[in-house]
Amino acid sequence: MNATDTRNVVTARGLRKAYKNKVALDNADFTIPAGRIAGLIGPNGAGKTTALKAILGLIPFEGSLDVLGRDPRTQRDDLMNDVCFIADVAVLPRWLRVADAIDFVAGVHPRFDRARCERFLANTQLKPNLRVRELSKGMIVQLHLALVMAIDAKLLVLDEPTLGLDILYRKQFYQRLLEDYFDEEKTILITTHQVEEVEHILTDVMFIRDGRMVLAAPMEAVGERYVEVLVDAAQLQAARELKPIDERALPFGKTVMLFDSVPRDRLAPLGETRTPGLADLFVATMKGTYA
Amino acid sequence: MNAPAKVMPHPTHKFKLLLRREFWEHKGGFLWAPLVAGGIFLLLSIMGFGVGEMAARRSSGNFDIDGRGFTVSGIDLGALTSHMDAADLQKLGHGIDVSLFMASSWPFIVLAFVVFFYCLGALYDDRKDRSVLFWKSLPLSDRETVLSKVASALLVAPLIAVAAALATMVGFLVVVSGAVLLHGGNPFTLVWGPGSPLKVAGQMVAMIPVYALWALPTAGWLLLCSAWAKSKPFLWALMIPLFAGIFVTWFDLMHLFNLESGWFWKNIVARALLSVAPGSWISTTHMPGNFGGDNPLDTLAAVRTTYSVLATPQLWIGAVAGVAMIIGAIRLRRWRDDN
Repeated sequence: MNATDTRNVVTARGLRKAYKNKVALDNADFTIPAGRIAGLIGPNGAGKTTALKAILGLIPFEGSLDVLGRDPRTQRDDLMNDVCFIADVAVLPRWLRVADAIDFVAGVHPRFDRARCERFLANTQLKPNLRVRELSKGMIVQLHLALVMAIDAKLLVLDEPTLGLDILYRKQFYQRLLEDYFDEEKTILITTHQVEEVEHILTDVMFIRDGRMVLAAPMEAVGERYVEVLVDAAQLQAARELKPIDERALPFGKTVMLFDSVPRDRLAPLGETRTPGLADLFVATMKGTYA
Repeated sequence: MNAPAKVMPHPTHKFKLLLRREFWEHKGGFLWAPLVAGGIFLLLSIMGFGVGEMAARRSSGNFDIDGRGFTVSGIDLGALTSHMDAADLQKLGHGIDVSLFMASSWPFIVLAFVVFFYCLGALYDDRKDRSVLFWKSLPLSDRETVLSKVASALLVAPLIAVAAALATMVGFLVVVSGAVLLHGGNPFTLVWGPGSPLKVAGQMVAMIPVYALWALPTAGWLLLCSAWAKSKPFLWALMIPLFAGIFVTWFDLMHLFNLESGWFWKNIVARALLSVAPGSWISTTHMPGNFGGDNPLDTLAAVRTTYSVLATPQLWIGAVAGVAMIIGAIRLRRWRDDN
């Protein structure tokens, strides 16, 4: 099992899932290497959650999928010893008490570290006797995250983990994840459409659109491949000949253009160049999704 | 497990915790409901005695204390007892045993409802409130999860109900003893002596395994509906057997097997819906010949009578059907999520 460091945690080939009247995953191929924080980013209905559910063995699908050397369809029980997930936000059983939740996970998960979980909860307002229904949404997420982070899992999957949380809890959530959980032996897979929030913590990014991966690359590679140029009005024609994948006008006659795989030295004369933000890249890639 | 884990894997107690999980969630139904039912019975019997006393006092109108003992409204139990012979005492004992069964029946009536609705919601409620995703994020197999719910319904809940019934029974004996004392009788010679609370308790405990086996088809059917239904499991669970029964009756389908339509209602519909009621096996038991003799309880509730159900095909065929439906529920649970 030491080999996991050198191989992919998730390998999907021709992943396909059709619901009654919609194809959610359409021959998607992707890999997630070990020790990375990968973001699966896409608009609503692009197939993000379906992909996660396939990885977690929650739904049947077609194609081949290997998660930590196992097939989630047939070896789910074994897989769940090494995989943990938070699906959506704030859905813990409402009758559960904080102390009981800790007792339960400690009793059923061989890799749960009770002391660690209690340390995470020590600085919060969560008291052992409180029931989930008495907690605010942010506190429920704190509890869930503390439970999950105390599990020494190889793969952690987070589906829209901060949806509906205020900015304080959101910042705290990702900070916790980076400082107290992530290390080179762990892999984290996050789906979200709040791109700005995760862009600084991701090491890999995958864009999904209509059930297909339209971009999958390490963040460094994204920075090399895509360049944003602040083009002067005079250079507009020359710039358009290099076929930008997106352009938007700024006030005072400037235009921002986004180029895919155009060498920087050819772009430099057109204006100021910079690495595009993930959000701009996302918008450019997803153009026309809802049309 | 040769990965350099920071947390050394520790032993787990999955089934024990799954049972505790069910108890945490359903403490109200499993523990409080039978206790409250028993408590209400005790309260009603105290009120009943009170009303009886008042009525008796009003009719006789006297309230005197004489030398031999404390008598109220002219009934002197102390004097009465001294005239009783052995046969009278035996009859009194049977009467007390019957009332003990009456007392303990309240938690069991509640148990039937609790188990019915527990099974119906066991694999549905967590899908509805989406917390199923939390349970599924832990290394628990669907088989362990479903079996923990079966065990909770057919063993944990009945055990607690029996304990509540025994507590009610003792409480009732105390209440009766109080009433007897009030009339100058000796509760030990009049209540605790002739009655046989230990025998009644033993009969109730002995019922649990029979209950678990007999209730399997209903538990299985309800769990199957609970795992399968996308909404309204109650309607599905009720309507499918009822409409099947109506259909069979309407077209007289049982005639194909030389059976009455009643056979279908009794052996299919009732077994799918009503077998969680304790004692619903009573018509299947083999009664000894002298039914209705001195002590009806000796025949109705005797361990021998209860265990005679174990020799009937109805019990075992039902149990097999129940197990098959539970396996079906485990299968369905595997691919059902919050949608």
